[in-house]
Amino acid sequence: MSTTFFSRYHHRISYQVILLGTIGLLASTALVIADLLTREEIALRQAEDFRATLEQVLPPEIHDNQPQDERHLLLLKDGSTLPIYRARLDGRVSGVAFQVRGRGYAGPIEILMGVDASGQLLGVRVLRHTETPGLGDKIEVARDPWVLTFNGLSLGKPPLSAWAVKKDGGQFDQFTGATITPRAVVQAVRDGLILFQNHQADMLQRAAEED
Amino acid sequence: MFSTLLADYRQLMRDGLWDNNVVMAQMLALCPLLAVTTSATNGLGMGLASTAVLIASNLLISSLRHLISPDVRIPVFVLLIAMLVTLVDLFMNAWLYELHKALGLFIPLIVTNCAILARAESFASRQPVHRAFMDGVAMGIGFTLILVLLGAVREIPGSGTLFADARLLLGEGFAWMELTLIEDYRGFLLMILPPGAFLAMGFILAGKRVLDQRRQAAHSASAA
Repeated sequence: MSTTFFSRYHHRISYQVILLGTIGLLASTALVIADLLTREEIALRQAEDFRATLEQVLPPEIHDNQPQDERHLLLLKDGSTLPIYRARLDGRVSGVAFQVRGRGYAGPIEILMGVDASGQLLGVRVLRHTETPGLGDKIEVARDPWVLTFNGLSLGKPPLSAWAVKKDGGQFDQFTGATITPRAVVQAVRDGLILFQNHQADMLQRAAEED
Repeated sequence: MFSTLLADYRQLMRDGLWDNNVVMAQMLALCPLLAVTTSATNGLGMGLASTAVLIASNLLISSLRHLISPDVRIPVFVLLIAMLVTLVDLFMNAWLYELHKALGLFIPLIVTNCAILARAESFASRQPVHRAFMDGVAMGIGFTLILVLLGAVREIPGSGTLFADARLLLGEGFAWMELTLIEDYRGFLLMILPPGAFLAMGFILAGKRVLDQRRQAAHSASAA
């Protein structure tokens, strides 16, 4: 086993350099090929994923367009921009979806929320988070129906003071062992609703000019 | 010939599962082990992904063993393992998207799994391909078993369930695996957090020592 054709050269520096170089080159080639092969597929999967989530927060009954193709950048009053997706029924905007971010226990929680023209929540879904597995990840709809309790709520229902977890005197359940995570989601959704209220005309294109 | 091969494989299996288990005997791979075993399902996911990479890395390194110069073997191993992990990550993301969503968090962690480098160094680089393959299978299964065991030991007192969310990992057909052992359980947070991992791990290691000592005592008693 020890005397093969190559083992005679094992201790030469030039052999080692060529070996390392070749392996590095081959590994990078393999990765480039794999990246090219999978890039399109991965982007497609992620787009499908986002579309599926969008479909959950903008139910098909309220629109006859493709909200994922109606992406607009909304200029907020503080000067920043927010991408929104509009749902239309007979040309009129019947709802919008946009992302909000909560500050969770272990990092940002990216939330997609859908609001109808009257300001009622159509749905809330968590897109990305890094909360503790087994505790905070109950905000995922696949693991727990908690996030569905937002459906149908709005800024007046419940009143603003009740937009908090029960521990803070609000009406939303927290999880055993995890209060920070649901608190962050509740706050982010509430802030999203306030943002909607402040920009309602722009969001719904009810103002005189289009964006 | 065939029977000696079989006996050899059985010995490899025995080493991987118990005598020379990655975690219980070699004390390797504790970082991913303690981090992800908050539930038996997470342990299973990490175990399966690590096993796949371990087998692939053992195969690749064993087939290149004559080419690899001993002086530069470590960078070569690290490069090959990092490449394999990235390839697995990309391919799963593209073609096993649902599984990737469940396992995605674990795959990059495999690079930090020193057990894979250790098997490359101490076994695959010196052994023929078929033995390296068997070693990868045995070590992988041994690692997976410990991950699932530690996950279960932490999950049952920690959240009162067993294999929670297994359907997200294995598909809807495995929903029967999800057990709620204690109804309306408030949870015991300590077991889910890292200190619980160390505690449970300590008891598992102590348990193995006790079993090994008993076996040895029985062995020497029967010999005497």
